[in-house]
Amino acid sequence: MGIYLDNAASTCLYPEAEEKMAKAALLDYGNPSSMHHMGVVAEQYVKEATKTIADILKVSAKEIIFTSGGTESNNMALIGAALANTRAGKHIITTNFEHPSVYNPLLFLEEFGFRISFLEVDEQGHISLEQLKNTICEDTILVSVMYVNNELGATADVTEIAKTIHGINPNILFHVDAIQGFGKYRIHPKKEGIDLLSVSGHKIHGPKGVGFLYIRDKCKVRPIIHGGGHQNNMRSGTLNVPGIAGIGAAASKMYRNLDENRKHMYEIKMYFITELLKIEDVTINAVNYDKERKIVTREAIEATAPHVVSASFADVRSEVLLHALEGKEIYVSAGSACSSNHPAISGTLKAIGVDEALLESTLRFSFIPETTIEEIDKTLQALKELLPMLRKFTRK
Amino acid sequence: MYKAFLVKYAEIGLKGKNRFIFENALRDNIRRRLTRLQSGFAVSKEQGRIFVECPEEYDYDEAVETLQKVFGVSGISPVVAIEDITWENIEEKVGDYVEAAYADKAFTFKVEAKRADKSYPVKSPEMCSRLGAYLLKRFPEMKVDVHKPKVYITVEIRNQGYVSSITIPGPGGMPVGTSGKAMLLLSGGIDSPVAGWMIAKRGVVMEATYFHAPPYTSERAKQKVIDLAKIMAEYTGTIKLNVVNFTDIQMYIYETCPHNELTIIMRRYMMRIAQHFAKESGCMALATGESIGQVASQTMQSLAATDAVCDMPVFRPLIAFDKQDIVTIAEKINTYETSILPYEDCCTIFVAKHPVTKPEIEIIEKSETLLAERIDELVQTALDTVEVITCKAEK
Repeated sequence: MGIYLDNAASTCLYPEAEEKMAKAALLDYGNPSSMHHMGVVAEQYVKEATKTIADILKVSAKEIIFTSGGTESNNMALIGAALANTRAGKHIITTNFEHPSVYNPLLFLEEFGFRISFLEVDEQGHISLEQLKNTICEDTILVSVMYVNNELGATADVTEIAKTIHGINPNILFHVDAIQGFGKYRIHPKKEGIDLLSVSGHKIHGPKGVGFLYIRDKCKVRPIIHGGGHQNNMRSGTLNVPGIAGIGAAASKMYRNLDENRKHMYEIKMYFITELLKIEDVTINAVNYDKERKIVTREAIEATAPHVVSASFADVRSEVLLHALEGKEIYVSAGSACSSNHPAISGTLKAIGVDEALLESTLRFSFIPETTIEEIDKTLQALKELLPMLRKFTRK
Repeated sequence: MYKAFLVKYAEIGLKGKNRFIFENALRDNIRRRLTRLQSGFAVSKEQGRIFVECPEEYDYDEAVETLQKVFGVSGISPVVAIEDITWENIEEKVGDYVEAAYADKAFTFKVEAKRADKSYPVKSPEMCSRLGAYLLKRFPEMKVDVHKPKVYITVEIRNQGYVSSITIPGPGGMPVGTSGKAMLLLSGGIDSPVAGWMIAKRGVVMEATYFHAPPYTSERAKQKVIDLAKIMAEYTGTIKLNVVNFTDIQMYIYETCPHNELTIIMRRYMMRIAQHFAKESGCMALATGESIGQVASQTMQSLAATDAVCDMPVFRPLIAFDKQDIVTIAEKINTYETSILPYEDCCTIFVAKHPVTKPEIEIIEKSETLLAERIDELVQTALDTVEVITCKAEK
């Protein structure tokens, strides 16, 4: 079925999740809000999944709200927190390389009188704590950063960021978009000072259409979806029992083997980047390495997420290389260089200062623990075959 | 309310002894389209028009929309049925029909009545005058004008009575299948589907050829062309689409020939390949969406240079259309939204910044001799590896 290296876009469903989901959908299909036995049975799936997730995060079950996925979690966190805290102020801080599901809700809030500040990031995708300090104002109510950048694998030091924010004003809420971080890192919001944390199901071998938002107890968030008052009135709508059962089972498996998974993916990433750098005119983004001698250290690799590699191939258009790899049944993603007139969002690659000429020549390769060295070798082989051919036909 | 349709056609009426061929084709096309909608429509040929009896339960809007997509139909008159055909009842029900259909009754009219059943006690001319008199009495604002009436009220007596007066315009043209077959060069753009639609409107069965260039064009670009063919098929009937892999030919031209001639030479090879498939399946012409001067490859000189490789006629129905006029038709036939999806097609990749706009055929031919070594083999491979996709209307 080919080599799938687009796992940051979506992952395959774990059989453990499938099994739970099938049972929830086919046998125990009651509405968890129903008063009878079928309802009670359905509710058990939700309780079990909630507990699994709460245990992983070391938080309490009532702090988990299930949503329709990462986008809704981010919307709920940002819009819900903004609306609930207007009395404290209308200033929100984020970075200039966020995912659209963070960026666009913030633009939406801007229309309603909120001020948004965008922090710059360096080559590794890190914000400056100094700049953060200087940006926080009297009326700052919320800071949002992503745990792992989806296009680059750059990571944020959330503990230090939280310390900085709460050192200035403990009431400022700290939201972390952990859609690419959950399942790859041990995240403990209480210890790290995170107030809101967004997670998606299908990035961790769960199903599409489900996610959750951790909301720290006593943290004020207004619901954005109103109706029958499900989930303590925080998110109305009949609970997606099969989806919730699926994300619970997937999360459980991800964390059971977290250390081996991470180790394996870092080995893959180290090997892949080392080999990529041997190919002519390839640069790796968001990893700190010796660009002259093309040497990368394990330490530098481990400062980034284990599952994402962003590489630029000079003189080849990413779309063409992507389709050429597709022709060999290797599936990757184009590092988008989408630019907007808004000065804050100039695209993730631009934000970390990728050379103008390489913006449209960048691909993202993303792994899962099951990715093998053989698959990486085949991918490298394909690149070595394709690149000289495609480079021959650059635009005159 | 409406139990039947009277379908009118215009041009077919002109076709002397061949007339039955056109009428039969129109009847069959209408029957085929309506049956795809649901079973139970009875379609029959009558003198000078087609009569469609509707099933008990059907969606009126859907049926009209379907008939409006059948080329050859010039007008569609929805018909009300009158079960009890005693004369008094006919008069009353025709009156009720006028009452319901026209809020403002200040218009001129003429009754056209017919009895298919010749044993019916009231003869046709008498039906006209008696109904006219009845209507004038019941609706004093109405006025008779037998020469240029605003409204024709048509009444027919068969096993039931039928009355109609409204005519919804049809697409016009001729029934598909009565004018031979043509091969359309279909890209993903706005123009070529419109061109194909126009040629099909003249009764021509369409086949299509699309050139794709993986990895430079994506699977979605190809899917877009298939989707366009399916939308066209709602009018033209099923389209056989030839998908030709053009990458190697394009790259070879790119490597070998002057860069500013790339597009024109590519176009010439596309025409050659399309013509090959056209001949193979009995098409009598090629069709393209070109319009004079729209882009470099569509100047008069460029069109002459592409024509030069064809020995069958090349139909270019949009030749004198402005872009906006083409867009208007594309919107009307519902291809526009799909056409503007942003996937690169094989003509735009590697295009020269300053392509030749006035190619001289001798020079282009000389450049093409540079391709002698491999081009025949590459064209053959393209022909051999063609993927044929049958694109059927989805509604």
